[in-house]
Amino acid sequence: MELTGAEIAIKCLQEEGVEYVFGYPGGAVLFIYDALFNQDQVKHILVRHEQAAVHAADGYARSTDRVGVALVTSGPGLTNAVTGIATAYMDSTPLVIISGQVPTGAIGEDAFQEVDAVGITRPCVKHNFLVKDVKNIAQTIKKAFYLAKSGRPGPVLVDIPKDVSNQKAVFDYPASVAIRSYQPAGKGDSGQIGRAAQMLLEAKRPMIYSGGGVILSDAAGQLTELTRLLGFPCTNTLMGLGGLSASDRHFVGMLGMHGTYVANMAMQHCDVLLAVGARFDDRVIGNVEHFAQVPRKIIHIDIDPSSIAKRVKVDLPIVGDVKLVLSDLLEALRGSRVPDQPAISAWWQQLKEWQTGGGDMRYRNSTEIIKPQFVIEKLYEITGGDAFITTDVGQHQMWAAQYYPFDHPRRWITSGGLGTMGFGLPAAMGVQLAHPGATVACVTGEGSIQMNIQELSTCKQFRLPIKIIALNNGYLGMVRQWQEFFHGNRYSETYMDALPDFVKLTEAYGHVGMRIEKPSDVEPALKEAFARKRDLVFLDFRTDPAENVYPMVPGGKGLSEIILAEEL
Amino acid sequence: MRHIISLLMENEAGALSRVAGLFSARGYNIESLSVAPTEDPTLSRMTIVTSGSDAVIEQINKQLNKLVDVAALIDLSEGEHLERELMLVKVRAEGETCEKVKRVADGFGGRVIDKSDSTCTFELSDTCARLDSFLQAIDRSLILETVRTGASGIGRGGRILKL
Repeated sequence: MELTGAEIAIKCLQEEGVEYVFGYPGGAVLFIYDALFNQDQVKHILVRHEQAAVHAADGYARSTDRVGVALVTSGPGLTNAVTGIATAYMDSTPLVIISGQVPTGAIGEDAFQEVDAVGITRPCVKHNFLVKDVKNIAQTIKKAFYLAKSGRPGPVLVDIPKDVSNQKAVFDYPASVAIRSYQPAGKGDSGQIGRAAQMLLEAKRPMIYSGGGVILSDAAGQLTELTRLLGFPCTNTLMGLGGLSASDRHFVGMLGMHGTYVANMAMQHCDVLLAVGARFDDRVIGNVEHFAQVPRKIIHIDIDPSSIAKRVKVDLPIVGDVKLVLSDLLEALRGSRVPDQPAISAWWQQLKEWQTGGGDMRYRNSTEIIKPQFVIEKLYEITGGDAFITTDVGQHQMWAAQYYPFDHPRRWITSGGLGTMGFGLPAAMGVQLAHPGATVACVTGEGSIQMNIQELSTCKQFRLPIKIIALNNGYLGMVRQWQEFFHGNRYSETYMDALPDFVKLTEAYGHVGMRIEKPSDVEPALKEAFARKRDLVFLDFRTDPAENVYPMVPGGKGLSEIILAEEL
Repeated sequence: MRHIISLLMENEAGALSRVAGLFSARGYNIESLSVAPTEDPTLSRMTIVTSGSDAVIEQINKQLNKLVDVAALIDLSEGEHLERELMLVKVRAEGETCEKVKRVADGFGGRVIDKSDSTCTFELSDTCARLDSFLQAIDRSLILETVRTGASGIGRGGRILKL
């Protein structure tokens, strides 16, 4: 039986087991929406802005190990989605984005709502397609899902012109897909893995540095086993939090610009560094030349060869899926001789000194004014450390990363690479839909939340009981902090006058709003909010506007040039 | 250092812009780029002449390989290879000038492919460096226009790039 292109597209989503499509209708996708209307297997979540559709699909994907799906119309629908697509690309989230396009005959004529979707998204997708023939829709969507999920994951765009979505073809969903020009890495080279094991066993000052690749590859178990087997210290990047349980005694905290003193010092002074699914980016190792001053052997495991030796010289590259490589590495280490215990003990002694001498992850609490760190600590306590936490971008994001320790992967959902303000609330929607009974909190600021606050309406429509933890200090705090440190306290355009009354605003959307102004009210307010299992609650915490995120490695500086909090 | 990278890619709409876009987005040098379909119409062969430090060239190779449309890639400069570029040069033909240029062109294996009362067009095929030498060997003021294709490259002997 022949189906229309639109029906085929929806059938493909059904075949892929897609639960939710996050989208927004428009002219070019009318036929696809019609096909959606005639079935109830794939549920559509109507967002209020296309950027939010992609972030929601992103949050869904990050908190599960499934592909997130978004559906947008041509022109502005697509351009609105671009920030979401770029966010997913930078953090390697598997997404399939279906966009409508003007009819094939109108392409190139500057038609109404026409934009070169494939051209605009090219630098921020893993791959993209323009489907010009209805007969190609099924295999293109099959390829899109395969590309999105395999290898280093990423967003894939499928652009479907309106006329193609209304033409007919026989539906035949391919059982498998092979792309001759695309061979994602699988197992790592056994010789290299053997040499890595040797290098690790000979290390005197070893360090394990793991990133988002561990989460994406579902390799937290292997990482944990390896760390414990060797007894080495381990740090996680912002994207890798939860890869090793924060309560594991080998965990030395997050590293990088706002990482712990001990993690950064250990990165700088180790003699063998095992990098796992991480990419040595500028927010992680700071100044490359400074990093390279201390000689150390680097073993780098990554599924993407282009991540290896991009910013730093690597002594032992291992290209492969992190989970498979770690499993083989464990195999190579088991039953072999043990690491150099006296050297490792002395190294841990040094780490302990850095741990106590660093003074990081401490702040001076107040009975007068709410400290943002205090809110996050209480959030951790009240949620039992077991919530899904999404964030926006800025100071609140760093405090959440620092003061909410994660014991499990896929609980920490943040825009690390692109640093997209407006990510948190829509991402939380995707997380909540994927985990209906779970506690989901969006930690945000008064700046970020306004970048996608319209989604409070989506949350109402789909009854998503997200808890919004707004650390409202009246400033674009992270920018203000840089202005304080590096621009002579000239707070250029970082004070946000005329903020809305968030309580009333939340109520206008049909939710519960609370304003918290005293430190003594923090805990009761959080308790009350989280007791409201069925309600979205917006907690507007008025926090200390002068608070800064410490420690801090200033931009362009080296890891050991870290600024610590004043003596407390 | 100058490198010649040769690759096979799917002959799909937009494949060329993925490569060109990669070079501009990541700030890599691109000296020339030539592309055409192969004997297998589903594949295009592209030759890219670029330059950079070893680390940059390594990244260029990896980033190109990462493109989904790129099926196979070889850095020809890493081994024995041949390169040829086609150049068309139109010179002013006044009195003896055409003959003078022709004598130089003969030394470069060039030939005349068009003549008019006032012009004379030469075709030369050689390495980029040899073509540069030809242009230096003739009187520049005579040149009306030059058209170059950019290098095409191929491995010597058994060095083959094929799927």
